Amino acid sequence: MMMIVAMIACAVCLVMALVRTALGPTAFDRVLAVNAIGTLIILGISLHGFVMGRPEFVDIALLYAILNFIGTFAVLKIFSTGSLGDNSAGSK
Amino acid sequence: MMDMLITILSGLSIAIGVIALLIGSLGLIRLPDVFCRIHAVGMIDTAGASFIILGMVIHQGFSLVSVKLLLIGVFLFFTSPIATHAVAQVAHKMGVKPVGRDLIKKAPAAPVVKNGPTKNGSAKNASVKNTGTKASAASAKRKS
Repeated sequence: MMMIVAMIACAVCLVMALVRTALGPTAFDRVLAVNAIGTLIILGISLHGFVMGRPEFVDIALLYAILNFIGTFAVLKIFSTGSLGDNSAGSK
Repeated sequence: MMDMLITILSGLSIAIGVIALLIGSLGLIRLPDVFCRIHAVGMIDTAGASFIILGMVIHQGFSLVSVKLLLIGVFLFFTSPIATHAVAQVAHKMGVKPVGRDLIKKAPAAPVVKNGPTKNGSAKNASVKNTGTKASAASAKRKS
Protein backbone atom coordinates (compact mmCIF):
# COMPACT_ATOMS: atom_id res chain seq x y z
CA MET A 1 0.00 0.00 0.00
CA MET A 2 2.70 2.43 1.03
CA MET A 3 4.77 1.51 -2.01
CA ILE A 4 1.93 2.50 -4.37
CA VAL A 5 1.76 5.88 -2.60
CA ALA A 6 5.53 6.18 -3.03
CA MET A 7 5.23 5.38 -6.74
CA ILE A 8 2.58 8.09 -7.18
CA ALA A 9 4.79 10.54 -5.27
CA CYS A 10 7.71 9.61 -7.53
CA ALA A 11 5.55 10.38 -10.57
CA VAL A 12 4.52 13.77 -9.16
CA CYS A 13 8.13 14.67 -8.32
CA LEU A 14 9.20 13.55 -11.79
CA VAL A 15 6.70 15.92 -13.40
CA MET A 16 7.99 18.77 -11.21
CA ALA A 17 11.61 18.04 -12.12
CA LEU A 18 10.55 17.88 -15.78
CA VAL A 19 9.06 21.39 -15.45
CA ARG A 20 12.41 22.62 -14.11
CA THR A 21 14.17 20.90 -17.01
CA ALA A 22 11.89 22.64 -19.49
CA LEU A 23 12.21 26.18 -18.11
CA GLY A 24 15.55 26.24 -16.34
CA PRO A 25 17.36 29.47 -17.20
CA THR A 26 20.89 28.05 -17.42
CA ALA A 27 22.14 24.69 -18.61
CA PHE A 28 23.24 23.73 -15.10
CA ASP A 29 19.62 23.83 -13.90
CA ARG A 30 18.83 21.31 -16.59
CA VAL A 31 21.76 19.07 -15.64
CA LEU A 32 20.66 19.20 -12.01
CA ALA A 33 17.05 18.40 -12.87
CA VAL A 34 18.11 15.51 -15.12
CA ASN A 35 20.19 14.16 -12.23
CA ALA A 36 17.15 14.34 -9.97
CA ILE A 37 15.02 12.64 -12.66
CA GLY A 38 17.55 9.81 -12.79
CA THR A 39 17.37 9.28 -9.04
CA LEU A 40 13.57 9.32 -9.14
CA ILE A 41 13.56 6.76 -11.96
CA ILE A 42 15.86 4.48 -9.94
CA LEU A 43 13.40 4.65 -7.04
CA GLY A 44 10.46 4.16 -9.38
CA ILE A 45 11.94 1.05 -11.01
CA SER A 46 12.69 -0.51 -7.61
CA LEU A 47 9.23 0.30 -6.26
CA HIS A 48 7.59 -1.01 -9.43
CA GLY A 49 9.39 -4.30 -9.02
CA PHE A 50 8.23 -4.60 -5.43
CA VAL A 51 4.63 -3.66 -6.23
CA MET A 52 4.40 -6.08 -9.15
CA GLY A 53 5.97 -8.90 -7.13
CA ARG A 54 9.14 -9.16 -9.21
CA PRO A 55 12.03 -7.71 -7.18
CA GLU A 56 14.54 -8.63 -9.90
CA PHE A 57 14.01 -5.15 -11.34
CA VAL A 58 16.57 -4.01 -8.76
CA ASP A 59 19.33 -5.06 -11.18
CA ILE A 60 18.04 -2.60 -13.77
CA ALA A 61 17.90 0.10 -11.11
CA LEU A 62 21.52 -0.57 -10.13
CA LEU A 63 22.60 -0.29 -13.76
CA TYR A 64 20.65 2.94 -14.11
CA ALA A 65 22.33 4.42 -11.02
CA ILE A 66 25.78 3.89 -12.53
CA LEU A 67 24.70 5.26 -15.94
CA ASN A 68 23.13 8.35 -14.30
CA PHE A 69 26.35 9.19 -12.44
CA ILE A 70 28.57 8.73 -15.49
CA GLY A 71 26.17 10.65 -17.75
CA THR A 72 26.07 13.66 -15.42
CA PHE A 73 29.85 13.78 -15.28
CA ALA A 74 30.17 13.44 -19.07
CA VAL A 75 27.80 16.37 -19.68
CA LEU A 76 29.60 18.50 -17.08
CA LYS A 77 32.98 17.71 -18.60
CA ILE A 78 31.73 18.72 -22.05
CA PHE A 79 30.47 22.00 -20.56
CA SER A 80 33.71 22.82 -18.76
CA THR A 81 36.40 21.72 -21.20
CA GLY A 82 34.64 21.38 -24.53
CA SER A 83 35.65 17.77 -25.08
CA LEU A 84 35.58 14.42 -23.33
CA GLY A 85 39.32 14.36 -22.83
CA ASP A 86 40.49 12.39 -25.86
CA ASN A 87 43.78 13.56 -27.32
CA SER A 88 43.00 12.98 -30.98
CA ALA A 89 40.04 15.09 -32.01
CA GLY A 90 38.62 17.75 -29.76
CA SER A 91 41.53 19.00 -27.68
CA LYS A 92 42.63 21.71 -30.12
CA MET B 1 3.09 -9.47 15.44
CA MET B 2 6.48 -9.46 13.74
CA ASP B 3 4.89 -9.01 10.32
CA MET B 4 2.89 -6.07 11.58
CA LEU B 5 6.02 -4.49 13.08
CA ILE B 6 7.90 -4.93 9.79
CA THR B 7 5.00 -3.42 7.85
CA ILE B 8 4.79 -0.44 10.19
CA LEU B 9 8.53 0.18 10.13
CA SER B 10 8.84 -0.06 6.35
CA GLY B 11 5.75 2.09 5.83
CA LEU B 12 7.07 4.74 8.20
CA SER B 13 10.45 4.81 6.49
CA ILE B 14 8.89 5.03 3.03
CA ALA B 15 6.60 7.82 4.27
CA ILE B 16 9.60 9.84 5.51
CA GLY B 17 11.27 9.30 2.16
CA VAL B 18 8.16 10.40 0.25
CA ILE B 19 7.96 13.60 2.33
CA ALA B 20 11.63 14.30 1.59
CA LEU B 21 11.04 13.69 -2.14
CA LEU B 22 8.07 16.08 -2.24
CA ILE B 23 9.92 18.81 -0.33
CA GLY B 24 12.97 18.41 -2.54
CA SER B 25 11.12 18.65 -5.83
CA LEU B 26 9.06 21.59 -4.55
CA GLY B 27 12.34 23.33 -3.75
CA LEU B 28 13.65 22.41 -7.20
CA ILE B 29 10.78 24.41 -8.69
CA ARG B 30 10.56 27.28 -6.21
CA LEU B 31 14.16 28.20 -5.35
CA PRO B 32 15.66 31.09 -7.34
CA ASP B 33 19.16 29.96 -8.36
CA VAL B 34 21.32 27.01 -9.39
CA PHE B 35 23.24 27.13 -6.12
CA CYS B 36 20.00 27.08 -4.14
CA ARG B 37 18.45 24.30 -6.20
CA ILE B 38 21.48 22.09 -5.47
CA HIS B 39 20.25 21.88 -1.87
CA ALA B 40 16.87 20.60 -3.00
CA VAL B 41 18.42 18.02 -5.32
CA GLY B 42 20.71 16.90 -2.50
CA MET B 43 17.64 16.33 -0.35
CA ILE B 44 16.04 14.19 -3.08
CA ASP B 45 19.24 12.21 -3.65
CA THR B 46 20.26 11.51 -0.07
CA ALA B 47 17.25 11.70 2.27
CA GLY B 48 14.49 10.57 -0.07
CA ALA B 49 16.37 7.78 -1.83
CA SER B 50 18.01 6.50 1.35
CA PHE B 51 14.78 6.32 3.35
CA ILE B 52 12.78 4.69 0.54
CA ILE B 53 15.52 2.09 -0.05
CA LEU B 54 15.70 1.47 3.71
CA GLY B 55 11.96 0.88 3.74
CA MET B 56 12.20 -1.59 0.87
CA VAL B 57 15.07 -3.42 2.61
CA ILE B 58 13.00 -3.71 5.81
CA HIS B 59 10.05 -4.96 3.77
CA GLN B 60 12.14 -7.54 1.95
CA GLY B 61 14.14 -9.01 4.81
CA PHE B 62 17.60 -10.46 4.33
CA SER B 63 18.08 -11.84 0.82
CA LEU B 64 20.01 -11.14 -2.38
CA VAL B 65 17.53 -8.46 -3.40
CA SER B 66 18.04 -6.54 -0.18
CA VAL B 67 21.81 -6.74 -0.67
CA LYS B 68 21.40 -5.23 -4.14
CA LEU B 69 19.13 -2.54 -2.71
CA LEU B 70 21.74 -1.71 -0.08
CA LEU B 71 24.32 -1.54 -2.90
CA ILE B 72 22.12 0.98 -4.74
CA GLY B 73 21.69 2.97 -1.53
CA VAL B 74 25.41 3.11 -0.78
CA PHE B 75 26.19 4.04 -4.38
CA LEU B 76 23.64 6.87 -4.42
CA PHE B 77 24.75 8.03 -0.98
CA PHE B 78 28.33 8.44 -2.14
CA THR B 79 27.94 9.56 -5.77
CA SER B 80 25.13 12.11 -5.73
CA PRO B 81 26.94 14.59 -3.42
CA ILE B 82 29.92 14.27 -5.78
CA ALA B 83 27.67 14.98 -8.78
CA THR B 84 26.02 18.03 -7.19
CA HIS B 85 29.41 19.33 -6.05
CA ALA B 86 30.67 18.99 -9.62
CA VAL B 87 27.62 20.87 -10.91
CA ALA B 88 28.30 23.69 -8.43
CA GLN B 89 31.99 23.81 -9.31
CA VAL B 90 31.42 23.91 -13.07
CA ALA B 91 28.64 26.52 -12.71
CA HIS B 92 30.93 28.72 -10.60
CA LYS B 93 33.77 28.25 -13.07
CA MET B 94 31.58 29.15 -16.05
CA GLY B 95 30.55 32.39 -14.38
CA VAL B 96 27.06 31.85 -12.98
CA LYS B 97 26.58 34.45 -10.24
CA PRO B 98 24.77 33.50 -7.02
CA VAL B 99 21.61 35.52 -6.55
CA GLY B 100 22.25 36.46 -2.92
CA ARG B 101 25.12 38.84 -3.64
CA ASP B 102 22.97 40.92 -5.95
CA LEU B 103 20.37 41.26 -3.22
CA ILE B 104 23.00 42.41 -0.70
CA LYS B 105 24.43 44.90 -3.18
CA LYS B 106 21.05 46.25 -4.17
CA ALA B 107 19.81 46.85 -0.62
CA PRO B 108 22.08 49.82 0.38
CA ALA B 109 22.18 51.22 -3.13
CA ALA B 110 18.42 51.44 -3.45
CA PRO B 111 18.10 55.29 -3.26
CA VAL B 112 20.82 55.71 -5.89
CA VAL B 113 18.99 53.29 -8.13
CA LYS B 114 15.78 55.16 -7.39
CA ASN B 115 17.28 58.51 -8.29
CA GLY B 116 18.88 57.20 -11.44
CA PRO B 117 15.82 56.36 -13.51
CA THR B 118 13.96 59.50 -12.45
CA LYS B 119 16.86 61.68 -13.56
CA ASN B 120 17.17 59.79 -16.78
CA GLY B 121 13.46 59.86 -17.22
CA SER B 122 13.27 63.59 -16.66
CA ALA B 123 16.18 64.10 -19.03
CA LYS B 124 14.50 61.93 -21.61
CA ASN B 125 11.25 63.76 -21.09
CA ALA B 126 13.07 67.07 -21.42
CA SER B 127 14.78 65.95 -24.60
CA VAL B 128 11.49 64.66 -25.91
CA LYS B 129 9.90 67.95 -25.00
CA ASN B 130 12.71 69.82 -26.70
CA THR B 131 12.42 67.81 -29.83
CA GLY B 132 8.70 68.20 -29.60
CA THR B 133 8.99 71.95 -29.36
CA LYS B 134 11.54 71.96 -32.17
CA ALA B 135 9.28 69.85 -34.29
CA SER B 136 6.32 72.02 -33.46
CA ALA B 137 8.38 75.10 -34.21
CA ALA B 138 9.48 73.58 -37.51
CA SER B 139 5.95 72.67 -38.35
CA ALA B 140 4.88 76.17 -37.36
CA LYS B 141 7.57 77.60 -39.64
CA ARG B 142 6.40 75.36 -42.44
CA LYS B 143 2.86 76.43 -41.79
CA SER B 144 3.85 80.07 -41.84
